[in-house]
Amino acid sequence: MKITDYSIENELMYSGHNACPGCGGALTVRYLTRALGPNMALAITASCWSIIAGAPPLTALKCPILHCPFPSAGAVGSGLRRGLNAKGHYDTTVVVLAGDGGTFDIGLQALSGAAQRNEDYIFICYDNEAYMNTGMQTSSATPFGARTSTRPYPLFKHGQKKDIMRIMAAHGIPYAATASLAFPQDMENKLKKAQGIKGFRFMHVLSPCPPGWGTDSSETIHLSRLAVFTNFYPLYEIINGEQWQMTYYPEKTRTPLKEYLEAQRRFRQVDEMTIEALQEEVDRDWEGLLKRVNSSGETK
Amino acid sequence: MPYELISGCQAAAIAVQRAGVDLVAAYPITPQTAIVETLANFEAKGELGGEFVSVESEYSALSCCNGAVAAGARVFTATSSHGLAYMHEMIQWCSGARFPIVMVNVNRAVGAPWVLDPDQGDSLSQRDTGWMQIYCANAQEVFDTVLQAFMLSEELLLPSLVVFDGFYISHTYEPVDVPEVEKVREFIGPPQFQAQVEPGVQANLHGLSKGETQLQLVRRRHEDMLRAPQVFTAINEKFYRVFGRSYKTVDATIPEGSKTAFLAAGSTAETVKWFLPELKGCGLIQLRMFRPFPGDELGRIVEEQGLERLIIVDRNCSTGTGGYFAQEVRAALYGLTVRPVIQDLLLAGGIDLTKDILAGAAEKSPGDKLVDQEWGVELK
Repeated sequence: MKITDYSIENELMYSGHNACPGCGGALTVRYLTRALGPNMALAITASCWSIIAGAPPLTALKCPILHCPFPSAGAVGSGLRRGLNAKGHYDTTVVVLAGDGGTFDIGLQALSGAAQRNEDYIFICYDNEAYMNTGMQTSSATPFGARTSTRPYPLFKHGQKKDIMRIMAAHGIPYAATASLAFPQDMENKLKKAQGIKGFRFMHVLSPCPPGWGTDSSETIHLSRLAVFTNFYPLYEIINGEQWQMTYYPEKTRTPLKEYLEAQRRFRQVDEMTIEALQEEVDRDWEGLLKRVNSSGETK
Repeated sequence: MPYELISGCQAAAIAVQRAGVDLVAAYPITPQTAIVETLANFEAKGELGGEFVSVESEYSALSCCNGAVAAGARVFTATSSHGLAYMHEMIQWCSGARFPIVMVNVNRAVGAPWVLDPDQGDSLSQRDTGWMQIYCANAQEVFDTVLQAFMLSEELLLPSLVVFDGFYISHTYEPVDVPEVEKVREFIGPPQFQAQVEPGVQANLHGLSKGETQLQLVRRRHEDMLRAPQVFTAINEKFYRVFGRSYKTVDATIPEGSKTAFLAAGSTAETVKWFLPELKGCGLIQLRMFRPFPGDELGRIVEEQGLERLIIVDRNCSTGTGGYFAQEVRAALYGLTVRPVIQDLLLAGGIDLTKDILAGAAEKSPGDKLVDQEWGVELK
């Protein structure tokens, strides 16, 4: 990788798109388009990106975008891949982009169907942990303790965040990975690796949302990094649904979860006892993840 | 001519194979299942040509077609009843996106309760979704209409719904003239429309637009659909020259001097036709095209024949109004100087149409104490 590869001419996303300042979802797509290159067709389901992409005929991207209804992304991707094949465009990378609602909730059925059929495309979930496009309503990706517009103060989200990575791993798909905006090189490596694999590939990107999370727009990268450093959002990949491997161990940088929670207004009502409980939960999840990694036969 | 003894479902599936499609995505539901199975058998024998995708729901079946047709592929799906209802969001999206998809719907009542009989409410309730709708009265019509629907859709860039009754047509075996693949493919040719998604070509397809843009799109879609009868007629002229058969949007069989006509769509039209010699003084108007509604053609038939009474066979009921066909006919004929009396015969639930029901409805004559809606069977 040369520094000139990062020049603005090589970006496939235009400035002047419709995202809020500091939008993690916008950065996710900027990184992914740059990594995957211009020979790409993107299906976008109802999400913030329905707005960010711009009002036709204007567009935020230099590749074709096919918008589709909320629950349909997984199946539209299947059709788009097969349709492009029918027209001889075998080398075009098909990417489906969905938010957490279009992945964890309303889109789960079509996603599961496509993964089970091992459809040949990349599914990217940019997870901002609630229905942000409609104003921060709870989704099944909202973490325990977060306040949303459907769990307003003094209420907050009860119940675990759905473990989408284990669900995808259970489908036995060739490749699944988590990626962080604070680790762009890691994300790029994973995207390029995914691009070189045939079959269903899934990538989950934690995408901070300044207005929804209650943070400053300048904090997006910092929060992405804290999520990794606190083990709230570990970076790993899963090969064929069974080989789990870490891509980053935050040993020297390990940070208490409290720091991550306190940096966001959506967790403001969470008391010390809950923070401790959440820390325990993160530790437990981390141990579980390590167990899966170690039993995969991979060493640090 | 190579006649085969096949069911309505098989006729639909064989027509799809003859036409040549890039992709079929489907999910099974009674009574459509035989279409899916027949197409899967073609794939197993290496004769489908395109891909068959067994998706996990009807919603995904149409979504998968959506993705493929956007890339310029010719696609097909089929469903019934609850499956069609489940697709409702995608059905509207496909017409808004101007995707020339062909879908077969085999009529079956929508629950609750579970009913398998061929109420037409499943497809009729999708009348406002921007799809063309054509109703078939027998297996030959099913075969021919599916072929023609690909041409109609690709010419107008609008999706087509080809409809026929569950069991009466879907599961009844009839002799059908099934032309050879080569002959059909030469007639239809490869997909005749531009791909929307072209790799390397920047496009923001169907993204967030203003109401004013939507008005332009809705108006264009509406005006294009109004051209369907004309395009349908042109296709049928060509079809006649090659296959020796042709169809009209509305067909009339009116014996000399008859002032009353039954109006029916689907297998009920075939039933009325069968009993016509025994129903003295009655004729038949068979409605094939339902969307766009061929109101002008219907008005012309009514005026030319001097019809005084229409008995509308509605194997459906729009709760709170009555039969769908009766509503549409009343609206279409409102502008006539002399309007016929319209009597709505409701066979909701998909009940069998018998000679007694037809004769009972015909017995009442204009001037009698006429009920404008009557039900095929009495309440118990």
